[in-house]
Amino acid sequence: MITITINGKSIAANPGETILQAARRNGVEIPALCLMMEDRPIGSCGLCVVKILREDRTSYVRACTTKVEDGMLIETHPPEIEEARKTILELLAEEHEVGGELQALLDRYGINVERREVIREEWPENPFIFFNPKACISCFRCVQTCGEIKENHVLVRRGRGARIEIVAGVNDSLKDAGCAFCGACIDACPTGALIEKTAIRAKGPLKKVTTICPYCGVGCAIDYFVQGNRIVYARGNPEGVNRGDDCLKGRFGWEFVHSEERLKRPLIKRDGKFVEVSWDEALDYVAQRLREIREKYGADSIAGLSSAKCTNEENYLFQKFMRTVIGTNNVDHCARLCHASTVVGLFKVFGSGAMTNSIEDLMTSEVFFVIGSNTTHAHPVIGTLIKRAVKRGAKLIVADPRNIELARYATIHLRHRPGTDVALINGMMHVIVKYRLADYKFVEERTEGFEKLKEVVEKYTPERVERITGVPRDDIIRAAILYATHRSAIIYAMGITQHTSGTANVASLANLALLTGNVGKEGSGVNPLRGQNNVQGAGDMGALPNLLPGYVRLDAPYADEIERIWGTKIPREPGLTVVEMMHAALKGKIKAMYIMGENPAVSDPDRSRVIESLKNLEFLVVQDLFLSETAQLADVVLPAASSLEKEGTFTNTERRVQLLRRVIEPVGEAKPDWWIITQLANRMGASWSYGSPKDIFEEIRKVVPQYRGITYKRIEKLGIQWPCTDEEHPGTPILHVDRFPTPTGLARFAPYEYKPPAEESDEEYPYILTTGRTYEHFHTGTLTRKMEGFNELMPEAFVEISSDDAEKLGIKNGDCVVVESRRGAIRVKAKISKIKKGVVFIPFHFAESAANTLTLDALDPEAKIPELKVAAVRLKRC
Amino acid sequence: MMLLRDAKTLDAYVSSGGFSSLKKALRMKQSEVIKEISVSGLVGRGGAEFPTGLKMKFVAQNLSTPKYVIANADEGEPGTFKDRVLMERNPYQILEGMIIAAYAVGARKGFFYIRHEYRKIAREIEKEIDELYSEGYLGSNILGSKFSFDIELVIGAGSYVCGEETALMESIEGKRGFPRIKPPYPAQRGLWGKPTLINNVETLANLPLIIELGSKRYTELGTHLCPGPKLFSVSGFVKNPGVYEEILGKITVRELIERAGGAEGNLKAIMIGGGAAGYIVDKSFLSMPLCYHHARERGIFLGTGDIIVLNDEVNLWKVLLQIAKFFEHESCGQCFPCRYGTKRMRELIEKILRGEGKRRDIERLDAIANALKIASLCPLGSSAALAYESAMEYHRDELMEVIS
Repeated sequence: MITITINGKSIAANPGETILQAARRNGVEIPALCLMMEDRPIGSCGLCVVKILREDRTSYVRACTTKVEDGMLIETHPPEIEEARKTILELLAEEHEVGGELQALLDRYGINVERREVIREEWPENPFIFFNPKACISCFRCVQTCGEIKENHVLVRRGRGARIEIVAGVNDSLKDAGCAFCGACIDACPTGALIEKTAIRAKGPLKKVTTICPYCGVGCAIDYFVQGNRIVYARGNPEGVNRGDDCLKGRFGWEFVHSEERLKRPLIKRDGKFVEVSWDEALDYVAQRLREIREKYGADSIAGLSSAKCTNEENYLFQKFMRTVIGTNNVDHCARLCHASTVVGLFKVFGSGAMTNSIEDLMTSEVFFVIGSNTTHAHPVIGTLIKRAVKRGAKLIVADPRNIELARYATIHLRHRPGTDVALINGMMHVIVKYRLADYKFVEERTEGFEKLKEVVEKYTPERVERITGVPRDDIIRAAILYATHRSAIIYAMGITQHTSGTANVASLANLALLTGNVGKEGSGVNPLRGQNNVQGAGDMGALPNLLPGYVRLDAPYADEIERIWGTKIPREPGLTVVEMMHAALKGKIKAMYIMGENPAVSDPDRSRVIESLKNLEFLVVQDLFLSETAQLADVVLPAASSLEKEGTFTNTERRVQLLRRVIEPVGEAKPDWWIITQLANRMGASWSYGSPKDIFEEIRKVVPQYRGITYKRIEKLGIQWPCTDEEHPGTPILHVDRFPTPTGLARFAPYEYKPPAEESDEEYPYILTTGRTYEHFHTGTLTRKMEGFNELMPEAFVEISSDDAEKLGIKNGDCVVVESRRGAIRVKAKISKIKKGVVFIPFHFAESAANTLTLDALDPEAKIPELKVAAVRLKRC
Repeated sequence: MMLLRDAKTLDAYVSSGGFSSLKKALRMKQSEVIKEISVSGLVGRGGAEFPTGLKMKFVAQNLSTPKYVIANADEGEPGTFKDRVLMERNPYQILEGMIIAAYAVGARKGFFYIRHEYRKIAREIEKEIDELYSEGYLGSNILGSKFSFDIELVIGAGSYVCGEETALMESIEGKRGFPRIKPPYPAQRGLWGKPTLINNVETLANLPLIIELGSKRYTELGTHLCPGPKLFSVSGFVKNPGVYEEILGKITVRELIERAGGAEGNLKAIMIGGGAAGYIVDKSFLSMPLCYHHARERGIFLGTGDIIVLNDEVNLWKVLLQIAKFFEHESCGQCFPCRYGTKRMRELIEKILRGEGKRRDIERLDAIANALKIASLCPLGSSAALAYESAMEYHRDELMEVIS
């Protein structure tokens, strides 16, 4: 500690802190308008200037930028400085409309001057952010936020002197300048010049409710500001895992809850038309039909799809309903289509199938190996974290055939052919073994099966891998060395899992991490990013045909314990997975389906066949927010409450169980899913007495060992990461620190040989189609496509094609293109990009040109995940 | 003449003893070179008057690498043209000084930053740099020593504030020329965050002199308070405007004006220090010896060494308006006081020149000058008030005549 004197008072200060920090800590208020990042002061406003008295001279310095020195004599409010502050504020008030923090300062200094009309240019139109140029004082807080905090670099300064202004790009529209619409600039603005369009006309007090974002698996905490039963605007919560960060969907993607298209009453289809009915009528009818079908065809003729968009409590009840009330293990959910291979693959190697490390922990990684994840688009808040880390010195290896945004930040970009991941990863391991870069101590002490791995990777020389993957051998060697010699974290998503070799891909990544000792340590690990807000939780809750809650096998001794807690028998034959259910429905083996919050008619591979299957059912119940493409095929549609309208818990990608709070009341007669399931169960003979999600959670704690120590009370502020075994347990930010949850406590190398994808390009279908998500939309668009602004940003599907291929086919940017596979054809707009030659990409959000018309439903033999990422197609102009 | 000698070709420069200082310096320890320069008492000739040796010491002591040396030839001050003449007549001495400085502080790379209005000179400098490479004065193992040094020429894009050292570095880095907040100073974190020695070209041209003469003889040139030669740009209402080289402290303002042929008309005011960032003083300064020390004693700075003579036909408000317009145009817009203060100053002076000046306009000008001095982010803003404040001090009666 050092001693400084502020206004005659001696104060202990920390070396390295600024005068402003020391002063504020000691209750001395110094005005400042432009401060954004304390460690990177902007210094534009000049209001925080203080006087330093030295023996030979006095000087005036900015308190925000000047570090304290021992013995410093500081005056913060001498008359000449107060005069200067007043003058600066007067000048500001003359030139601008004022609001926010600036107005408070003007009031404090008693400034009331006439504003002159200064003409400043408005921004071109955009769907979400309102900009008032007259109120913009060009303090550059938004510029710093956009650039240095969010790494988007969209907002910049233009002009000089008093004509300086903030523009996007070269005064483009925000969209054209590449704006991410994360809204961080709004949070940064001290005058109200930037504000959400939805908040412009908000008057009167707003209620703030913090809950978890309804979109991806990052699990950002969002503050919703509410008036009456309407959300006015939303902002990232600084205490959440997102630390105040936000993306387009989290920030502006709540408007769907107020959509006119929301289902408000139960519907029964009569003579091919939906008619509104009461809840009693709908529930009685569903219970009666399900009973009839069970009696006629047996319990295994019924199948249920639970939902990664519903809460843990609801998933738990759904599988319990299917298993104990219907009496079948035919329950699954969309994780089958996204991370089934993660669960199987990681389980095989590590003994546990979840993200090993934490989001916050990733900030300490030295190297990121991002493979099959378009992180900035699909998990934007983690994408920003990676960009930020790279700007501060971390290295990045990206493996992706597309020229994704992160590729711009990458030290090495490996553009491998879709479906050749195992070869690529084996090739890296070959290099690591050959150059003796493995962590032999770790391999020796914590793993088994190394010799077997060595044998397999031996054959994957960089030259051979280059021939298989199309990645230059030198890049393979460089990537292997970079990864092996640092504290490295693997980050992956659907580009790894949605393959017939999905389990092999995942296991190979786990092998790579084991080989280099990058597991069980800070900043390392194998980190699958989960696509839905509660896909982790839906799996944890046992919405799976072969596993009970807590990933308990149907034949495990603990299954008896669950039977005891439930007080009923559990069928012990594994049920059908998502794609198997559809096949069985087509064959007439499945007669009825209960689908909660999923849209397989758009999300599943070979969708024409899926629709045919659903049409073939005798009875279909769909529970949803909207009349989705699947709901349109249903016999009964039950209106569900959105996650912003109910309580419960979500488990995010890093295994953190987080509490939901009700932001608004459900619209119309919509009901929470847990209520609907309970009602149905009781109408079918159960006697469930859950009065709230909390009651259900208390039962979950009894059944699921990993959740045992978690209570609603403990996660009021911030969630806890499972495993959490008792109420004293702090949760587990990093898995496998000391031992692996396997019988021996050792991890098991599980080497795989490369196998080509189910369908390869040939003369007839010469291109490889790969599919995925865009930044602007989510999944099948059920939510995002209900919102005008999102459709404005991304109105329709497109096919990304390399310029070489486009030239060969005579296709120009924006042309209509027919993309055809052996299963069907769609029409989309061409978008020429830097994607790998021979590969094309189509996002899967758009039902009218659904990518899944083209995909095939070949399955991974172990995880039964379909190969959504590789299909052979041909293209021609419309 | 020690600075303004004519040595436009390398042959001419070498045959008159050029590069003997570099040879001598390369035989000295780096710390000895810095010590010589410190003892010489040389202060920066770009206007800030910071002790050059001390600056070099800071860079040399910094353990961070690489280090950079920058020659600042962004001569943008109105009424200042001494660097231009120096570069035209004696360019090699600047480059030799730069190489010596780099050797002393341990830099391997240097940048010669010149304003784009001087692009003709820049072309010459570029040729001269090439020549030095082929003759072994630049590049690897200079003159057979272990010392290697490269110089890259950078041409500015026409902004006054880029003469300010940190804005200049932003400009070299390819960014917009916004001044940085100091500290950190360039010696701590300069170009690309690395320790950087940045000097005006005239300062650099002094280094070979100091090494050649030795610090002792160099200090004996001037007075003990102000050692060394200095270039002065003399202009305005004088018969022979131009650049004059004088020994500091040996000559008064009056004598310098006489050397330039004397004033045209009746001398009323003198602008000292710079045509914008300077002081408008009265005849009482004619007897002041041209020395940093004496100037400071009288509350002004010699700055870049400008003397602009104003006679009694000049309307001082019009001079102030020109200056205000200049600063308004050149304000980068980064900080509030300068951005709005310079604009408002110009507006108020225009109002006064329209004959509508009121006492409260003067009060407002005073308040703005105060805010500019105290709260501007860089010296551009704080110097925007100098001319107004000094004119008010020395010519108050005349200026207030038009105020009602």
